[in-house]
Amino acid sequence: MRVLGIETSCDETGVAIYDSEAGLLAHALHSQVDLHAEYGGVVPELASRDHVQKTLPLIREVMDRAGCQVEDVNGIAYTAGPGLLGALLVGAGVGRNLAYAWNVPAVAVHHMEGHLLAPLLEPNPPVFPFVALLVSGGHTQLVAVQGIGRYELLGQSLDDAAGEAFDKTAKLLGLGYPGGPALSRLAEQGDPHRFKFPRPMTDRPGLDFSFSGLKTFALTTMNTIGDGVQDKADVACAFEIAVVETLVIKCRRALQQTGMHTLLIAGGVSANRRLRERLDAMAIEEKSSVHYPRLEFCTDNGAMIAFAGCQRLLAGEQHALAFGARARWPMESLHAIG
Amino acid sequence: MKILALDTATEGCSVALLLDDVIIERGEVAPRGHADLILPMVDEVLTEANVKLSHLDALAFDRGPGSFTGVRIGTSVAQGLAFGSDLMVSPISSLAALAWGVFRESGHTEVLALIDARMDEVYWAAFRCDERGVNILVEEQVTPPEQVQVPTGAWVGVGSGWASYAQRLQHLLVLKIEAERLPQARDVARLGRNAVTQGKLVRAEAALPVYLRNKVAWAKS
Repeated sequence: MRVLGIETSCDETGVAIYDSEAGLLAHALHSQVDLHAEYGGVVPELASRDHVQKTLPLIREVMDRAGCQVEDVNGIAYTAGPGLLGALLVGAGVGRNLAYAWNVPAVAVHHMEGHLLAPLLEPNPPVFPFVALLVSGGHTQLVAVQGIGRYELLGQSLDDAAGEAFDKTAKLLGLGYPGGPALSRLAEQGDPHRFKFPRPMTDRPGLDFSFSGLKTFALTTMNTIGDGVQDKADVACAFEIAVVETLVIKCRRALQQTGMHTLLIAGGVSANRRLRERLDAMAIEEKSSVHYPRLEFCTDNGAMIAFAGCQRLLAGEQHALAFGARARWPMESLHAIG
Repeated sequence: MKILALDTATEGCSVALLLDDVIIERGEVAPRGHADLILPMVDEVLTEANVKLSHLDALAFDRGPGSFTGVRIGTSVAQGLAFGSDLMVSPISSLAALAWGVFRESGHTEVLALIDARMDEVYWAAFRCDERGVNILVEEQVTPPEQVQVPTGAWVGVGSGWASYAQRLQHLLVLKIEAERLPQARDVARLGRNAVTQGKLVRAEAALPVYLRNKVAWAKS
């Protein structure tokens, strides 16, 4: 089965074609980062306006790149939530109506399920069951995964998502928007021993997170020191280590608690180098394996939507002609397949 | 001539299939239901007429101005259907559709269409209609209601702006006001037919919204 996937839930327009036999055939992405940078965050209306201009050209591009004719496509998958409602409606509208015109089934995909399954696009994919850490600018969740659609939420952030904490702290450090990746680059120059930031909520049982206090801790620390490049690098380094160690502690705890030996990380923060190194080391200690998406599929993309949609279409799922989208959509409410 | 037309730009949601002089239509007032309603309506009219998308001469849609999300829903439907069926598209103004609706029902030729744009403004334009279609006399724009100005004439006012800002439009002399009228797909279809005849069609990728209000974000200081 060959599936066209469309992702427009936030500030990236992503389109891809996945084939259940041949794998990923083509993918294309348009990032709106520059569009939103001057506003210090994603402006939903601008995001929607950009998606409506970019979606069809990207579909044409991936069809050409994959050498796909219309009759080769057996289904269309689009992100229906969670995310920015106006932005979601663009991809859902184009996707659902294109499927109608092509007379193929359409399926509404959960954005976080897309992220969660993204590592399955890689060679040596993880085998169910596994623990998944979904970690991005919008989410920090630990999920026990028994199969596609069989998700049990183990813990989540009670305030800022990890990626959000990165971006906010980066802003404090004057690194612009979105500053998470810039903060990580700066942290590489930092002294890991100069400051020690707390590891929030690790001193008590449970798998929930809280990252908003770290941003405040960074601000307080900065107020006591100079604002030279090295000072900032030292703060960035201490901050990043605190977030990473907190995530590692909770992932270890989740593996131990579930008795599982496979860990999967997805979402924008899963691109973080220090996080990958520390998780690899922890996994060895826990006699477990850890799986990541390739770097370009850590952030939002169409490939993960095409892949997740393909699994659901293969299971016979398809969506009615109505194409409503949902800003909020608990992942535990998804139907299990297989 | 076969044209499928869509309108989701304001509170109404409607679809019309124009087959020469016959129109098959569906419509509802459903401010938040456009995404759920529109494609089932399309399917119903096509099925009823036993027409396939690929049989159409063109697809017409209301490209705004109106509700940003509503306009984008209509645009994404038009894009998906047209791209998927190799159809050319006629983007039609919501204000022109309102004006044509007035002319179609009452024969009034001079129409001043105003849609409530919120934020103390209206989207507006002035038209002169005849049997062949609508001619624009004052270009589409978004302004405070006080700044709506038209040449002397026998104007009929139409659109939600007249209800929202009645007090602030008293400087305008009109014969009557149809504030309750919404843009309708049947009028979008009729204006789309002119576009086909005149060869003014665009490819699916160029079927895009017209918002009129383009300042929608403010840089942080």
